[in-house]
Amino acid sequence: MSKPIGIEVSIAVAEAVGLCDVDVVAAYPITPQTHIVEHLSELVADGHLNAEFVPVESEHSAMSACIGSSAAGARTFTSTCSQGYALMSELCYIASALRLPIVMAVANRALSAPINIWNDHADLMYARDTGWIQLISENGQEAVDLSVLAFRIGEDQRVAMPVQVNLDGFTMSHVVEPIEIPDKEEVMKFLPPFKPKYRLDPANPMTFGAVGMPDIYTEARVAQDEALKATKPIIQELFDDFAKQFGRQYKLIESYKTEDAETIIVMIGSMAQTAMSAVDAMRAKGKKVGIVRIRVFRPFPAAELFEAIKGAKNLVLLDRVTSFAGGEISGPVALEIKSVLYDKGIAPKTGNFLVGLGGRDVTEQNFEEMVDRVASAKNGDLPAYEFINVRE
Amino acid sequence: MGIASDALKNFKGFNLKNMPEVEPVSPGHRACQGCGEVLALRQAMKAIGTNAVVCSATGCMEIITSPYPQTAWRVPWIHVAFENAAAVASGAEAAYKSMNRKGIINQPDVTFIAYGGDGATADIGMQALSGALERGHNMIYFCFDNEAYMNTGIQRSSSTPFGASTTTSPAGKKSSGQSTWKKNMAEIAVAHGAPYVATATPAYPIDLMNKVKKASLVPGPAYIHIYSPCPTGWRCGIDEGIEVARLAVQTKVFPLYEVIDGEYHLSRKVAKPKPITDYFKPQRRFRHLTETEVKYIQDRVDAEYEKLIKKCVVEEKKKEKE
Repeated sequence: MSKPIGIEVSIAVAEAVGLCDVDVVAAYPITPQTHIVEHLSELVADGHLNAEFVPVESEHSAMSACIGSSAAGARTFTSTCSQGYALMSELCYIASALRLPIVMAVANRALSAPINIWNDHADLMYARDTGWIQLISENGQEAVDLSVLAFRIGEDQRVAMPVQVNLDGFTMSHVVEPIEIPDKEEVMKFLPPFKPKYRLDPANPMTFGAVGMPDIYTEARVAQDEALKATKPIIQELFDDFAKQFGRQYKLIESYKTEDAETIIVMIGSMAQTAMSAVDAMRAKGKKVGIVRIRVFRPFPAAELFEAIKGAKNLVLLDRVTSFAGGEISGPVALEIKSVLYDKGIAPKTGNFLVGLGGRDVTEQNFEEMVDRVASAKNGDLPAYEFINVRE
Repeated sequence: MGIASDALKNFKGFNLKNMPEVEPVSPGHRACQGCGEVLALRQAMKAIGTNAVVCSATGCMEIITSPYPQTAWRVPWIHVAFENAAAVASGAEAAYKSMNRKGIINQPDVTFIAYGGDGATADIGMQALSGALERGHNMIYFCFDNEAYMNTGIQRSSSTPFGASTTTSPAGKKSSGQSTWKKNMAEIAVAHGAPYVATATPAYPIDLMNKVKKASLVPGPAYIHIYSPCPTGWRCGIDEGIEVARLAVQTKVFPLYEVIDGEYHLSRKVAKPKPITDYFKPQRRFRHLTETEVKYIQDRVDAEYEKLIKKCVVEEKKKEKE
C-alpha cells in the first residue's frame, strides 16, 4: 500500500487513468478540466503511458472519437465540463445506447450565460438522462478511486456502459490534497484487460448503430433501461472488491451522523466536506443534524437513499444548479428525493435550497441557516425552493 | 517524391478483366430505383475489399443499408450521428494504432473509411472532417455528393449547384433556384495538405475504383469527392442517372482529377466539351432556367475549368523540365 502524497486532484486523476493503461484519450481543452488532459498528454509524450492522444477540434469530436475508439475495442477516456459537455451531449446518448464503456471525468462547471468557469452541477444534471452511470466524488482520493472503478464498472460485461466521474471544478480539480495513488500492479490486478463482447473487427463484421423503426425502438430502449437497472448491485459489488484490494470502502449512499438525526441534509459533491464541519459545530450546540451524500446518481439508488433518510423529521435538500421550471416545483436533486418519499408514502418536512451557483462558496454558516429554516418552519410553509446567499 | 506518389509508384489499377468479385455492400438494400449513390458506394467498397472498418454519417446510405434487424454490410460498420463520421473514424483508427502497438491485436492493415453525403460533409460535418484531415489520421473520407439533402426530401446544401431548384431553394416568381455557387470541397481538402485528393463519379467506375484503391494505399488522410446522381432529387428518369453523371463530366461541370501530394492531374481531358444545356435537359431541377441564366452558369463552368486546367498544366510543364 502506497503512502499519501500532496498532489493536485486533476493530476492525480490523470495519474489514475494512466495506471489503468488506457489505450486512447480523445479530448478538447476546457477550463477547469485542462490539467487532467494536459497531464495525460505529458504522460504519453514522456513515454510513461502507451496510448494515442487524439487532440480533437471540439468536444463533439472528442466524444465521437471516443465512440469510434471504444467500439474498436480500445480502453478509452475523455474529460470535459460545462459548455464542452453541452456540445458533446448529443453523442453521449449514443455512447450509452451502443453500450460502450467510455470513461469521462467531468470537472463540474456552471453553464452559460453569463459565461462562468466556476463550479456548480449544471453539467452533471444536463447529463443525468443520457444513460451513463454517474459517479460523484467528494474529495481527491475518491476522484482517483472512482476513476479506477469507472473502468472496472463500465467494462464489466454485465454492465457495458459509459461512466462519468464527476469532480467539482476548481474546488476539487485545482486543489492539492493528500492522496494515495494506487500501485500500478495493484490496479492491474483489480482491472482486467478490456475484452468487449463485440467490436469493430473485419474478422467478425458487425453492424453498430442500425436504424430502429417504431417496431423495435421501444424494445431497444427497454433493453437499455433493463441493463442500467441491473447495474446497481454490480456497482456495489465492485465497490466491495475495491475495498478488499485497496482498503477504501465506498457505498452508493454515504451517511454522516444520521443515526439519531432529526434533520438530514442531502447533497452531492464536495460541499459535503464543509457540511461535515458544519454538522460537527451544530452538534456541539445540541442540534441533531446529519448528512446523506449521494455518490451514485445514475442508476439512482432509491432504496438505499430511503433507508438513509427515513428516520429524519426534517430534510434539507440541496441543489447546486438552477432548474427553470417556473418556480412551483423543486430543483432536480430534491425532485428525485421527493419522488422516493412519495412512493414510500412518507412526508417529512422538506426544504429545497439552490446553493453554490457558478462558484459561490457554501459556508458552514449557510448550512446552519438552512437547517434552522427547515426545522423552525411550519409544514407547508416552505416554498418549492429558495436561493441561498443571494446579494441584495 | 511525396508520400502519396511514393506509395503509388508501383500502382496497378483495376480493369474490366480483373474486377474484384467481393461485394462488401450486399444487394437487397433499400435504395431508390436508379440510385447513383449506392452504386458509387458499392464500387468504392469493391475496391477496398473486406479488411476495413466503415464509419457512416446519417443519410441515405445509412438508412438504406441498416434497417434493424437487417444489414447490407459485410464489413464492420458503425453509424453514430450526422456530422461526425470523420471523428468516429479518427477514434477507430487511433484505437487500432494503439492496440497494434501495444500487442493487444495484430491487425496492422485495416483500412479506415468515413463517408457522408454532401450535407454531412460540406455543411454539418465540415468541422469534424477538417479536424480529421488536419490531424493526419490514416483514413479515407468519401463524400457522396448528390447535391442536396436527399434523405430528408431534397433540401438545398452548400453543395447544391447554382440554379438548382430544391425544396428549400425552390424556383418561383422571385427565385431561380439555388442562388449560391457550389462549395468546392475537394479544394478545401487540398488546402489541408491531404496527400491524396480526387474527384470521381460512378459513371466512370474503373476510374472511381482506381482512385479509391490509391487512396487506401496512401498513408495519411485521403479525400474523394464522388459525384452521385440522384434521380429522385434531380428529377430525371431512373434510367438516366448515370447518363447525367457522364454529361456532368463531358460538359466540364464536374471535372475528374487527382491531387497527389498537392500536384494536380487531370483524369479525363474534355477536349470537345458539350454545352451545359445537354446536362441540364434531362434534369427537371434546372428546367426553369432562362437562356441568360444558362449562359451565366456556362461562363462560370468554363472559367472554373480553365482554373483547374492551369493548375494541371503547371504540373505537366514542371515534369517536362525535369
